[in-house]
Amino acid sequence: MTEIALSSLYQQLILEHYRKPRNKGVLPGATVEVHMANPVCGDEIRLHLQLDGEERVQAATFIGQGCSISQASVSMMTVRLKGKTLDEALALAERFTEMMHGSREAARDRKLGELRALQGVSKFPVRIKCALLGFDALQEAAKRVRSQADSPAGG
Amino acid sequence: MNGPAAPAGARVSDRRSRANAFAARARRDFPALQQEVGGKPLVYLDNAASTQKPDAVIDAIADYYRHDHANVHRGMHELARRATEAYEGARRKVARFLGAADPAEVVWTRGTTEAINLVASAWGHTFLREGDEIVLSTQEHHSNLVPWQLAAARAGARLRYLELDDEGRLLLDRLPELLSPRTGMVALSHVSNALGTVNPVAEIAEQVHAAGALLLVDGAQGAPHLPIDVAALGCDFYAASGHKMCGPTGIGALWARRELLEQMEPYQGGGEMISVVERDYSTWAEVPHKFEAGTPNVAGAVGMGAAADYLTGIGHAALAEHERTVLEYALDRLAAVDGIRLFGPPADERCGVVSFLLDHAHAHDVATILDADGVAVRAGHHCAQLVMKHFGVAATSRASFYLYNGTEDVDRLVEGLDRVKAIFG
Repeated sequence: MTEIALSSLYQQLILEHYRKPRNKGVLPGATVEVHMANPVCGDEIRLHLQLDGEERVQAATFIGQGCSISQASVSMMTVRLKGKTLDEALALAERFTEMMHGSREAARDRKLGELRALQGVSKFPVRIKCALLGFDALQEAAKRVRSQADSPAGG
Repeated sequence: MNGPAAPAGARVSDRRSRANAFAARARRDFPALQQEVGGKPLVYLDNAASTQKPDAVIDAIADYYRHDHANVHRGMHELARRATEAYEGARRKVARFLGAADPAEVVWTRGTTEAINLVASAWGHTFLREGDEIVLSTQEHHSNLVPWQLAAARAGARLRYLELDDEGRLLLDRLPELLSPRTGMVALSHVSNALGTVNPVAEIAEQVHAAGALLLVDGAQGAPHLPIDVAALGCDFYAASGHKMCGPTGIGALWARRELLEQMEPYQGGGEMISVVERDYSTWAEVPHKFEAGTPNVAGAVGMGAAADYLTGIGHAALAEHERTVLEYALDRLAAVDGIRLFGPPADERCGVVSFLLDHAHAHDVATILDADGVAVRAGHHCAQLVMKHFGVAATSRASFYLYNGTEDVDRLVEGLDRVKAIFG
């Protein structure tokens, strides 16, 4: 592991989101709320999404605790989710996952916005799960929203 | 440390240079420590998770496979005789290492976890009944919790917990109220893996026996660091792992009083553990073989035996003095780090384990940055989630020392923490 890898891991933008997370807090009237934890390290988040009738994210917030990578990643994710449809949000999750698995092309994708600052995590295999925690919660949230919509008893 | 300042200071610096010479000598025995990580000599401070292996152990395993390997027991040929002698010879070494008079009281297992599972399962099956109680503590590693949860659920027994004080000691004055005629087993660690706390086993054993219960000691962190004498400890079961005391992974030992082993039902069935097999029933081999179904980990046993010899050669008194010096130095230096929170009791009540948290930087970030500097520590809950809950934290960073760590390693750790602070401010 080199100095360069370490400084690319702990970029200022990541530290800034870690110190001052965006959209941190509960969301009264959330459409869906998902708790996601990494039992190996104890990192956890609770993601709240408020969706409109067209599955568009009106608001996204989180509460949680954990390492700089997991908390900065979910903070950046909530910023990026606002105004996106669930399909767009899931595409973002997929793109981000590709970047975590080393795709240079994904890392150049402007759709990821600030999340691209997390590119350096891909060089630290044990930390990739940290960066994906928020997106795991997002995917679970989408699954729940859609299974509710599918079920006859659901809204 | 209590004398007048100047002479005490001189003695302290003498002790530190002795500790560094001791560590440097030991390091030569460990090939894995002769490497650089992140462009710097590796500082390995993850010994509570697993220790590195000396040449003596690596060579014993390789020599066994090169020259002596066959299946053990019942073999009529030369290699089977040699393999059996190596396997049983290693059992005698580990028995001696644990202070057990009778090698038949030592059962080979995959490690401490399997040793505790063996007791929870086989003793539980034989003796544990509905309404019985098992006393544990919130200091325990998951390996000394989950097997008892499983056994209690099977039997309809109840778990009771001894709590910890603010420095991670067992609240022993509450033990009497937890013990009753319903108590079947008390299972406690010798040394806490998360905090390093050394528990007064002998004192506990007296109280447990006075209540008519049995005492199992999880010795995963005890056997590597403390002189073990199961008779003096007064426990009924003692479990240890090879890999935490310079031996290989996948091997461990359960020491138990012979009459308990004789009364307990077998743990697993198969070859090696039987005497006579009929269509509908079998009779069991003598202890300890009754608990060793299937072809055992012979090379592992040989390695653990070699590790016991290696540590005996170093000497427990020398090891303890060395570790104390390094631990005291580490606690002093770490306590002076700005924004640090240290967990666990003072040096004279613990082994070489230091769990800590830094303000502003998460335990995992600390471990990642230290790793970039070639300093290996562990971060997480250390398989002791009840300890983490007790202190109201999700994770800590943990540095744990062994014979090959000197005060210079502590200096590297503290330099690494300065770097963490430079990044996280």
